[in-house]
Amino acid sequence: METLEPILAEHPFIKGLKPEHIQLMVGCSRNVKFEAGEFILREGYEANEFYIIRHGQVNLEIHSPKRHAVTIHTCREGDVLGWSWLFPPYLWHFDARAMELTRAIALDAKCLRGKCEKDPSLGYELAKRLAHVIEHRLQGATLQLLDLYSSTD
Amino acid sequence: MKTTVAGPMVPTMARVNRVRKETHDTFTLELHPAYGQEIHHFAAGQFNMLYVFGFGEVAISISGDPTNPKPLIHTTRAVGNVTKAMAKLKTGDMIGVRGPFGSAWPVKHAEGDDVVLVAGGIGLAPLRPVIYEILANRRKYGKLILLYGTRTPSDILYRKELESWRSRLDMEVYVTVDRSSVNWQGNVGVVTTLIPKAGFDPQQTTAMICGPEIMMRYVALELQKRGVPMSSVFASMERNMKCGIGLCGHCQMGPTFICKDGPVYPYDKIRELLLKREI
Repeated sequence: METLEPILAEHPFIKGLKPEHIQLMVGCSRNVKFEAGEFILREGYEANEFYIIRHGQVNLEIHSPKRHAVTIHTCREGDVLGWSWLFPPYLWHFDARAMELTRAIALDAKCLRGKCEKDPSLGYELAKRLAHVIEHRLQGATLQLLDLYSSTD
Repeated sequence: MKTTVAGPMVPTMARVNRVRKETHDTFTLELHPAYGQEIHHFAAGQFNMLYVFGFGEVAISISGDPTNPKPLIHTTRAVGNVTKAMAKLKTGDMIGVRGPFGSAWPVKHAEGDDVVLVAGGIGLAPLRPVIYEILANRRKYGKLILLYGTRTPSDILYRKELESWRSRLDMEVYVTVDRSSVNWQGNVGVVTTLIPKAGFDPQQTTAMICGPEIMMRYVALELQKRGVPMSSVFASMERNMKCGIGLCGHCQMGPTFICKDGPVYPYDKIRELLLKREI
């Protein structure tokens, strides 16, 4: 039976992991598909999964009563969606909505956290890779806050 | 415009042929020379000093087609006294022009390479002549990729032209905005996020960057992470320019005068200067 291993192994977030680590992750993963407009994550809900995007576009959104939904970031093919699954209290901080047909691999967070606890070398590798994603997002958020293109500079 | 007869400090006269509103705070002027004068050829990346009579003179990059320089085209943002007055000009009004001045984008040097253009906000205007020139000589180049970031969807400059370039099979265009409502179907995130996903050969790439300095520093860093040699990265600088010919010192940045030695620099020549807090 064909497994998700070759797809996972080629994804930029996973590429370079030891084969035994990829095998461990395959055991926690499943293929998922989201239609345009479908919500993948909802703020405040339990972060039970995270997603490795294969194709499509996902917008991260935050709601405010006066401004309605504001899009704060776009994830695309090659990106990883969600890191709240790794940090207590394991709740999503944003909404995420598919903007077009999106295919991804969902990883069961509880399953993966358990495997990371049992095999700290896997946990360390994933933490490093997620830290890299978070570093990029933090840099991006800082530049967004600076409002570089504002005409009031 | 002719600068040689009366000298580079004397503006020649041009007539406003058309004023086009681009976004809520940017506009494009189309200028035709008055009194039978000729338009000087310019190189992509150069600028003119535009004189709005009664208000003053500002440096504005030329954003038209270097292979077809008539009319003379400038896009700018109404942000100071002079550019706000410039935005109020009407068809038939006169304006003073000195130039073209400054260094050019390395369009010839980039032949054979993939070309990656990274623009932020109004920084797309000085890069547009590069696009025109490369498209006019398309076979001489590898991939042509434009990465454009701006504030919001309503701040997107040259929107129709971006759509037209995007529809071509020989050019890739990626647009992102820093903030948006959910009505925007495109990308949200800073322009640096587009770099890791753009498909170019880092070792055979010439990159040209134009936008706010902070943006250019981070873009250069991302290009470096992709493996683009810093000697293949070029950036356009902006300072308060006055004379345009390296005499007055208003635009001095370290040992260079941006009006004369720039505005386009090889990034490895200015990297250290960009990191100095004092200048």
